[in-house]
Amino acid sequence: MYKYDEVDHRLVRERVEQFRDQTRRYLAGELSEDEFRPLRLMNGLYVQRHAPMLRVAIPYGHLSSTQLRKLSHIARTYDRGYAHLTTRQNIQFNWPALERVPDILAELAEVEMHAIQTSGNCVRNTTTDAFAGVAADELIDGRAYCEIIRQWSTLHPEFAYLPRKFKIAVSGSADDRAATQVHDIGLHVVKNDAGEVGFKVIVGGGLGRTPLVGKTIREFLPTRHLLTYLDAVLRVYNRFGRRDNKYKARIKILVQALTPEAFAAKVEDEWAHLKDGPATLRDEDVAHYASFFTDPAYEPLAANPDSFTGPLASDAAFAKWVARNTRSHKQGGYRSVVLSLKKTGVPPGDITAEQMDAAADWADRFGFGELRVAHEQNLILPDVKESDLYEVWQLARQHGFATPNVGLLTDIICCPGGDFCSLANARSIPVAEAIQQKFDSLDYLFDLGDIDCNFSGCMNACGHHHIGNIGILGVDKNGEEWYQITLGGSQGNQTAIGKVIGPSFAQADVPLAFEKIMNLYVEQRLAGERFIETVRRIGLEPFKERVYAKSH
Amino acid sequence: MQNLIKNDAVTEDAWRLIRSDEESFGAAEDVILPLAAWLALDPAARSGQAAPWLAPDADLGLLLPVLAQLPLIAIDFPAFTDGRGYSLARLLRERYGYQGELRAIGDVQRDQLAYMAQVGFTAFAIRDDRPAEAALDGLRDFSDQYQATVLQPEPLFKRRTQR
Repeated sequence: MYKYDEVDHRLVRERVEQFRDQTRRYLAGELSEDEFRPLRLMNGLYVQRHAPMLRVAIPYGHLSSTQLRKLSHIARTYDRGYAHLTTRQNIQFNWPALERVPDILAELAEVEMHAIQTSGNCVRNTTTDAFAGVAADELIDGRAYCEIIRQWSTLHPEFAYLPRKFKIAVSGSADDRAATQVHDIGLHVVKNDAGEVGFKVIVGGGLGRTPLVGKTIREFLPTRHLLTYLDAVLRVYNRFGRRDNKYKARIKILVQALTPEAFAAKVEDEWAHLKDGPATLRDEDVAHYASFFTDPAYEPLAANPDSFTGPLASDAAFAKWVARNTRSHKQGGYRSVVLSLKKTGVPPGDITAEQMDAAADWADRFGFGELRVAHEQNLILPDVKESDLYEVWQLARQHGFATPNVGLLTDIICCPGGDFCSLANARSIPVAEAIQQKFDSLDYLFDLGDIDCNFSGCMNACGHHHIGNIGILGVDKNGEEWYQITLGGSQGNQTAIGKVIGPSFAQADVPLAFEKIMNLYVEQRLAGERFIETVRRIGLEPFKERVYAKSH
Repeated sequence: MQNLIKNDAVTEDAWRLIRSDEESFGAAEDVILPLAAWLALDPAARSGQAAPWLAPDADLGLLLPVLAQLPLIAIDFPAFTDGRGYSLARLLRERYGYQGELRAIGDVQRDQLAYMAQVGFTAFAIRDDRPAEAALDGLRDFSDQYQATVLQPEPLFKRRTQR
């Protein structure tokens, strides 16, 4: 993991003090509401339905056990004993008092954490594959570049007041688990024919009101040019992105308006002046950051020890959990464990202080003191020995962390919705729960197999509903909450935007619609065909007919 | 307007900002004019100095032929959330080598100053209703930064590996 040096520490402390003074001036009436808003947003502080909401950055989802214990301490001391993991691999607290936020930030700074740029019209937390560095299918470990981008984007003087928020994602594996095609900039770490490492650069993807899949504007950018090229893209966006309408202000609208080719040409023009300038990365610079992401002291272990295969054969519940909630590891004899935060009855992504402490202890006891936050809003223990899995599973079960539903229909990606968020048109949490209750038979869930179900409470699409195989969007109809269902969306290498199947549903009717969709899938699927593959093959029409058929 | 920060201090302003083309000014006054008015000016007809102020969408190409002779360029911030002026400043300093005074005008307040200084502004016309003395502290919010900037062209990552 990256370790702060004196400068990193100092900058975060200075940001805390700057924010403390901004808060003081706001409370003293020296800053108006309108003036304070962008300043507090740039430091992750929203004013929500019930209380402020503070979003804390977890850079590219990497977290140490010490940091997680600090987060649990903050949840207990300043909040109501829990927090919420977000689709940007961050964590948010829903009930802090405004005047205590500077103190929370000071506590976070002690463990190398902050809330810098977790909101606002600036460059947000860079996200990556939650399994970076441990995934068996990884081509290149992109974490050094994530940290380089994090530092470049942190308090960037030129790009603090962009037309709109700006999100960057990095993927280094064959299977894109970082949703790079629906980001303002998606970077794929790739090797060219000469064996040189570089990036494929995708721009202008995004969800929200205008969901668009990103366009590749450069097939291969040598790594040394990463920052000068990012400066060029951001400068073109900062100067020419629309500022007259916040719904048309994302880079995707600029790319669409100019065409990807013309946008790419503008970036190349700009970059011609920046290329090989002072921000060019030398090998020793990359090596410096890569040195923080070396392998921990893995033991040389044989795969499939008896202590693992024994329980696997004798305990069906354990086997189900292993099948869904663990992942293959590049190191023999190890697996990564996904601690599911999608237990029925608990808002997706919510985690209690007790769970945080427990997970931090397991990270120390069974791993190397590190954890990850997945953009699917689960927590991950990246390095667990196969021989420890049975014990980890039992502990996880005791703490409500072992629902064996990762990647299944009930592993719902979900925004906080109308229960918390003042932007939402509709509540998401009770509807997600109703769906989880409808599909509470594990055997049936396993039979349905891989299904990404994504849920957003409004057009802003924080729950990424457009790229759910089945997506739900909360809409407002004359003051009532209604829900639109989309099918056919997907993330990863085959990113696609889902299509709305028809008129929206009242809250009580959503689970039934889901049931009809799943029944049709089970009837129509070919052997071994996943839900999304069936949708792609037979199209939306049969689903529409089934869902909207008049009962006889 | 005596709310100008320059050289780390609140100073007297020798220039008069002319916001609109209709506003009249004397031939001996030092004035900052809208770009179009400045371009149309006949320097022989007056004894005072003249400088342009740029809207955030200004075309810098118009200034390039005379950049070296300009004593001052102002960049307008119609709203403090409008960040285009930061890119204009960096372009003027880094790409076009402008050496004169670069002044931020418009909705300019304390919390923008640290970033403005980094991208090359050297003077800050603080909004009239805000005390410039208090805004001065904004220049001292941060003691370092990660990026290559006008004030510190060596990015932190290079200074780190050179240690």
